[in-house]
Amino acid sequence: MSFKTSRLPLKKRIRANLNDSFMRNSIANAQDLLNQKRQDRFAELGDYEKWRDNAADIRQHVLDYLDHYLDQFIDNAEKAGAKVYCARNSAEANAVAVDVFREKQATVAVKSKSMVTEEIGLNEALSAVGVEIYETDLGEYLLQIDDNDKPSHIVVPALHKSRSRIRDLLAHKTNYQGDDAPENMTRHVRQVLRRIFLKAQIGITGCNFGIAENGAVVLVTNEGNGRFVTTLPKTQIVFMGIERIIPSLQDLDIMLSMLARSAVGSRATVYTSILTGPRHEQEVDGPEEMHIILVDNGRSQVLGSPFRSILRCIRCGTCMLECPAYRHISGHGYGTLYPGPLGAALMPALGGYEEYKDIPKICSLCGACNDVCPVKIPLYETIFEHRRVIAEDLGKTPLMENIAFTQYANVIGNSNLFNLVSKMAFLGNFAPKVGPLAAWSKERQMPKIAKQWFREWYAKRSKEREG
Amino acid sequence: MKISFFVTCITDAVLPHVGIKSVELLERLGCSIYFNPRQTCCGQPLANTGYHEKAKKSMRLMIDSLLNDDVDYVVAPSGSCVLQVKEYPHFFKGEKLWQEKATLLAEKTREITDFIVNVLGVVDVGAKFEGIAAYHPSCHMTRLLGVKTPPLLLLEHVQGLTLKPFKGQDKCCGFGGTFAVKMSELSGAMVADKVRNIAAAGVDYVIGADNACLMNIEARIKHERLPIKVFHIVEVLAGGASS
Repeated sequence: MSFKTSRLPLKKRIRANLNDSFMRNSIANAQDLLNQKRQDRFAELGDYEKWRDNAADIRQHVLDYLDHYLDQFIDNAEKAGAKVYCARNSAEANAVAVDVFREKQATVAVKSKSMVTEEIGLNEALSAVGVEIYETDLGEYLLQIDDNDKPSHIVVPALHKSRSRIRDLLAHKTNYQGDDAPENMTRHVRQVLRRIFLKAQIGITGCNFGIAENGAVVLVTNEGNGRFVTTLPKTQIVFMGIERIIPSLQDLDIMLSMLARSAVGSRATVYTSILTGPRHEQEVDGPEEMHIILVDNGRSQVLGSPFRSILRCIRCGTCMLECPAYRHISGHGYGTLYPGPLGAALMPALGGYEEYKDIPKICSLCGACNDVCPVKIPLYETIFEHRRVIAEDLGKTPLMENIAFTQYANVIGNSNLFNLVSKMAFLGNFAPKVGPLAAWSKERQMPKIAKQWFREWYAKRSKEREG
Repeated sequence: MKISFFVTCITDAVLPHVGIKSVELLERLGCSIYFNPRQTCCGQPLANTGYHEKAKKSMRLMIDSLLNDDVDYVVAPSGSCVLQVKEYPHFFKGEKLWQEKATLLAEKTREITDFIVNVLGVVDVGAKFEGIAAYHPSCHMTRLLGVKTPPLLLLEHVQGLTLKPFKGQDKCCGFGGTFAVKMSELSGAMVADKVRNIAAAGVDYVIGADNACLMNIEARIKHERLPIKVFHIVEVLAGGASS
């Protein structure tokens, strides 16, 4: 498993999604609705920039001292009774989970939404050893029963599905006979999932924040499935990216205020769980065992690179909601688990340029994401720099493009040549439109190059004035 | 006040009348114009695609041709090209002499509406324009350069002009320089959206302050054969933009 969600090449992937008008409508509506809600909820907070600065400072501080905070987190989580493991990559992370399943002789697991488990291919790894694993987040559940369809957004994974499509899916896969009212479909899924919750032996979650000062794992959900996953099964496994840490509960206050508003335009998520170790003697619920698997999977490499600030990300997905390119192609157009501006900035750093050099191209450099990121990641600057690394340090741009840009650089780097071109360039208007120009012409008329450029008019005018 | 006029390559080559109107407008407002024909392109297409080293030759050329000892400001009718020039110092890290020159140029360079409002202190240029128009705020100019209100202030004072808001007004038109060519289908979908929303607002004109975006929007309007005319803000302010 990698970060890829599609095997199609870039252009085909984009075209396939541009042709999906259902999906484009769903995404556009969701963007408009959630962006408006986000703006309204942030307006209540007051000084938006100050909040973003604070949140950015907290996250950057943690990254700058990550070794210290990880140690602190691990110590405190262990003191609270959790078992903590460190996994360098997917294989190691999955192997720890498989061992826990073996030891517990468990065959059924329920899972709440977690991007890091998608990243490491946990479902595939557990299925391979005979474990039945069920997604319990509504969106993830719909993807799973749709032959493991891939998420198109990191918070709202089934954003690309319209309600009529969802109704058909439920009818086909779960014998649902109701209409496409969201309430009715949700009620139906709830009934299906209740039976599964009751037979699950292990609950699997991700982690929104790990708190260094007390070793707690914080989970936010809106559906309550997270509570079921962490209370019914006797064993809980938490997967956590190593950068998920924040220093204290006080910092959590700020981060939660930013996360809920940015992700879904709410003041708070419906459920916020702060889980400190397994169930203690005086407590009424919680698992008997809690295993926390810290996953690196490329993160320490990003930490040591010039792109460290991307790791501030709290996975709210608001950059995707604001992005005009994402609007038309959804996460599937990027073909990466982390799409949108985050994907364009993160994927080459986390997964390597060899595999992900195409992703930073999917950006018009409009800068809208920079203005809304709650932790002020310089997404625009990061994407801009990736393009430089790809073109200059690695020389991984296409040969024809490189030749064309070299020619262009020669012309604009030489005033005499440029002035010569200015007298003849209009002839290009009559040339057949091939290659990239043909592609432009499909959606737009080709602008005409003027026969008399501004510079010629100015030269004439100056002459007239002198003469 | 002496102005070095930075025409920008798109205005020079594709929309020269916008350059002419800019000069006329600045002269009417009391500026004297210096135009150095050794200027070429700011290098943004190269820089945005990742070719920073290749772009530097034209950046040096631009620094030398736009800067002149006795000019007070360098003014251009494009927020995006001004942004690029303001970024020049970053490209010359470690080259002390060029970084100093680039910094001086960056300090002197202003987008034309920003210059008129914030340097000349003029908000009413005495223009008249009868009609209902949509204003497209360009991304580089508003978000990255931070010039948000000057064009709106100037348009507010144009007699006879009514501005109408439209859905997705502050969304990117999809141009993005080489993005429009490299990702042409996606870019096409973005501009189609932009034009659909403009048309739905029931306007007769689109006004903007960046020729690259306007060229893109107009290309789509013509493709759809819509009866909407596109004007650079300078054409409206200088007069002579005919309804």
